[in-house]
Parts: sequence; C-alpha cells; structure tokens
Amino acid sequence: MNRSIQLVGAVVIEFENVTKRYPDGTVAVSDLNLTAPAGKITVLVGPSGCGKTTSLRMINRSIELTSGRISVDGDDIMSVGAVQLRRGIGYVIQHGGLFPHQTVLDNIATVPVLLGWGKKKARSRAYELLERVGLPSAFAKRYPAQLSGGQQQRVGVARALAADPPIMLMDEPFSAVDPIVRAGLQDEFLRLQQDIGKTIVLVTHDIDEAIKLGDNIAVFRTGGHLAQVDPPARLLAHPADDFVEGLVGKDRGYRVLSFVPIGDLPAHPVPTVTVGASMADARQAAGDEQWLLVLDADRRPIGWFDTTQPDVTSVEQRALRTVGTTFGGESSMRAALDGALGSPSGQAIRVDGSGAFVGAVSAVEIARHVASLGNVAVGA
Amino acid sequence: MDWDWLTSNRALITDLLTQHVYLALVPVALGLALALPIGFLTARFARLYPPMLAASAVLYSIPSIALFIVFPGILGTQILDPINIVVALTIYAGALLVRSVADGLRSVSDQVRQSATAVGYERWRRVLKIELPIALPFIFAGLRFVTVANISMVSVGALIGIGGLGQLFTDGFQRSFFTPIIVGMVLSVLLALCADIAIVTTQRFLTPWTRAGRTT
Repeated sequence: MNRSIQLVGAVVIEFENVTKRYPDGTVAVSDLNLTAPAGKITVLVGPSGCGKTTSLRMINRSIELTSGRISVDGDDIMSVGAVQLRRGIGYVIQHGGLFPHQTVLDNIATVPVLLGWGKKKARSRAYELLERVGLPSAFAKRYPAQLSGGQQQRVGVARALAADPPIMLMDEPFSAVDPIVRAGLQDEFLRLQQDIGKTIVLVTHDIDEAIKLGDNIAVFRTGGHLAQVDPPARLLAHPADDFVEGLVGKDRGYRVLSFVPIGDLPAHPVPTVTVGASMADARQAAGDEQWLLVLDADRRPIGWFDTTQPDVTSVEQRALRTVGTTFGGESSMRAALDGALGSPSGQAIRVDGSGAFVGAVSAVEIARHVASLGNVAVGA
Repeated sequence: MDWDWLTSNRALITDLLTQHVYLALVPVALGLALALPIGFLTARFARLYPPMLAASAVLYSIPSIALFIVFPGILGTQILDPINIVVALTIYAGALLVRSVADGLRSVSDQVRQSATAVGYERWRRVLKIELPIALPFIFAGLRFVTVANISMVSVGALIGIGGLGQLFTDGFQRSFFTPIIVGMVLSVLLALCADIAIVTTQRFLTPWTRAGRTT
C-alpha cells in the first residue's frame, strides 16, 4: 500500500471493461471502456441515472468498481491506498463542496496540509491559488457562507488545484450558479485549463455545457451504457443514434457552426466614416446605402450610423447603433452569423488582430458559404 | 432577610454550593462523553436514529425523584451516596445530548462529507476535523439546555438528603424560615447564569464561522 503513483505532467485515465453492480443487483455502469486523454477535458453527459457520476467517482475510489480496471497513467488505481490516490486527484463538486467552518484560505490549503507540507508553505500556496482563480486576497479570511455561489465555485477549483494534481474530477461544477455567472465561470475555466493542461473529467447533465467545455464528450444512456464518444463538433454533426440526436437537440445544425472555422469566408467592403464627421461627409460616403459603419481613429468599428435619421448634425457617438459581435480569423461561423443577425444593417463585421475593420458579411452570405462547405466543415 | 444567618453559615453555604456545582456539572461531562460515541453511531446508521429518539424521550420522562430512589437498589449504593444523583443526572444529560450530537452530525451535508473524503481525509480525521466542528453549534445548544436543567434538578436531590443548594430549601421550608430559601434561589440562578455565560463564551471561541455575516 505504500507504493505511490508518481503523477507528473499530464496523465491519461483509462476505463477497461468497468462495471459497477450494487448488492441489490442494480447495474450503474456496464462494461465501460473509455479513455480520458492526457491534458484534455473529457465530459461525461447523459440523463440522471445513466452512470456518469458513478463513473467519475470510481476514478478516485469514492465508489469502488465491481469488475474491470481503471488506470491512471497506466497504473491500476487499486495499486495504491484510496486516501493516497485521492490526494493526488483534484475534486470539485456543486457549490465547491467547501467546508463551512473553515476560512477560504484553510479550505484551499486542505490537501497541502493533509500532505504535510507545513503551514507556511501551504498558506503561501493557497494565496497563490486565490489569485489564480481571480479572487482578491482579502477573501482569504472569509468563510464560505460569506461568498456568492460563483465565488465559492472558484474557491472549490482553487482547492482542487492546491497540490497541483495532474487530474481534476468535476461533478456538475457549474450547475448551482445562475446562467450568466455560469457562462463567465466556464470561460474562465477554459482559460485556466489552457494554462494548466490538466487531465479533466467533468460530469454534467447539460449538453450545452458539455459542448462548450469538452474536448471529448462521452454520452451515457440509462443503465450505464456508453452511447457515443466524440469531439463536440462530430457529436453534433453525426449523432450515433436517435438517443444522442435527441440529447444534442433540434438546433444542433446551428450549434455545430461553433466548430466551423471562419476559413476563407469572403468579406466585402461597406461604406465607412470616421466618428465626428459632418452629415455632408456621411451622406457622401453612404451614397445610396442607409447604414454607414463608423470607425474610430484606429479604424476600429464603434457603431452603425443610420443616414436617414432626422435631427442629427454630425456622426456623433450618441447617434450610433451598436456593432454587435465582431469576428476575426480565429472565430467560428457561429460568431459571424450571430454578428450578422444582431447587427442593425444585417452585416457582421470582420476585424483583424488589432481590432481594425477588414470587411463585412451578411447572414445570407454566411449561410451560402457554409452550405458550400458541406460536411467537410465539421471534420466529418 | 436574616443577614446574621448568612454570615454564621458561610461555610455551610460554600459547601453546599460546591456540592451543587459538582452534582450538576460532572453529569454534564459524563453525559457528553456517553453522547458523543452513541450520537455518532445513530448519525451514521440511519436505522438507529428513530429508536434513539424514542429512548431519549422515554428516559427524559422518568421523574428524577424516582430515579434517585431506585438507584441505590440497582447500583448497590447507599441511599445517601451522591453517586445516585450523578448517575441519574448523567442519564438525563446523556439522553438529551445524544440527540444534539446526532442532529449536529446529521446536519453535515453530503456534499461536505463527499468532498472531505474525495480530497483525501481518512475517516477518523474527517469526523474529528470536519464533521464534529460543523456539529458544534447543535452540541452547544444541547449543552446549554442540559447544564441549566441539571443545575435546577440537583435541588430535587434534597428530598433524599443530597441536593446541594436544594438543602437550603428543605431546611427553610421545615422551619418556615425564608432566608436560606432566598439564598438558595439566588445562588442557583447565579450559578446557572455563570455556567451559561461560560458555555456561550467557549462556543463563540470555537465556532467563529457561525457569526460571520454575509458581506457580499
């Protein structure tokens, strides 16, 4: 039991023929074969009772498997003691699962203290992580009840990362916060993961969250069977069966655009004017067009100007309508389409790396372009 | 109010007060010592909880005077042995504190227990460092009640001859002499007050998180 798995850098987690059967005969997970690749986010998704949470919790032996084998970096998880195994695996649940009687700092320092790092080192590490998850150090002395749901969630992530484990398990980590906070936390989490490159297994019942966060998505169906494992774009474009299709939803055709790169989507010029220009200049620039794109001194788009509006003497800030979502070479077709649909002129604005105007494209043009790509667009 | 009686009986009053403190507080400590393991077991095994509640209620409903009188027969002690009082009050204290301990431990959310296990707490360490501290507000609420109840119940022992300050009441009633009764009452109340303040102070020190306001 004293053998320890040396977990350095990113590691792979593998399920081989894993089954969980309870004494009453219920089969929670049935013959599961699944690989969570090193340094990637693998999302387990499915209806309640599908075995996704059981599968997650078998990795750190919170639930012991009945048969089969789970390995971390090739080593069987049964080859070390459960407690030792768990200290090497970060764990985040709803509300962060924080200890209500401990300060934020003590919560974060939990695993370093359990590992016997010494108080000083554990605390300085905890402060470092507090900053890392974007919380002010003044929060260190607060108790969890004094934090908002989103803040608690960040502390939960900080605690999971405190001992720098190569693996992080997350059980519905963002489901207890309201949608706006959730979206922010998800974005932050993805940015954080870009830096830390952990092997992450995340459980959610929310297919949208799975699609947003997952490098790979494992769809479970009731009874602990795996329905499909694929990257999100492929899952949306080619659901394996009716069950997966039902889960990914009717608007999957639109959502799949999130995974279609802009590529060589052609943009065309539109009449532009610099902010502060006179009405005469504006009308001349616009010609027959109703809408004029207004740029700042650095050619960054700042709004649309309606040349037909009365009572305006110059192209001033308060007479502008918002540009909406702009897109660049790194954006998805979804961002472009969103920009076009949300723009008063019906045109999405393409910008370059510095944010300067490149060209515009309409929703119809985007749709035509996507149609011309066919299924090639989603890596089918 | 006969002040001369007070001065001439100072030694007696001090003795009775000391006996009262001993008879009231030792059972609280013993009751807590019993309640912690039993409460832990009832919290851990859900099936034990309802019978524990019933047993607690039944024990508490036995009149104290009955226990005081029955114990010498059961324990083989002298009728005037203070042990009878200590054992009886320990049963009362334990019966109530078992509920406090069990309720406190049951108040620990599954999420907290789960995450404590998942971050690598051994079971015993989880109980001591996570579950027990979170249960403290419940346990302290029980301790406050039990302590004050015991301080008042010790006096009943005076009916069988050992009751701390209660003996001042029997003495006063027999002689229709009110000074000892007033002294006994005042001291009982002061004792209960001091004990309560001591417990609350300890609780404030041990559970700072319960007072942290929501500031965000």
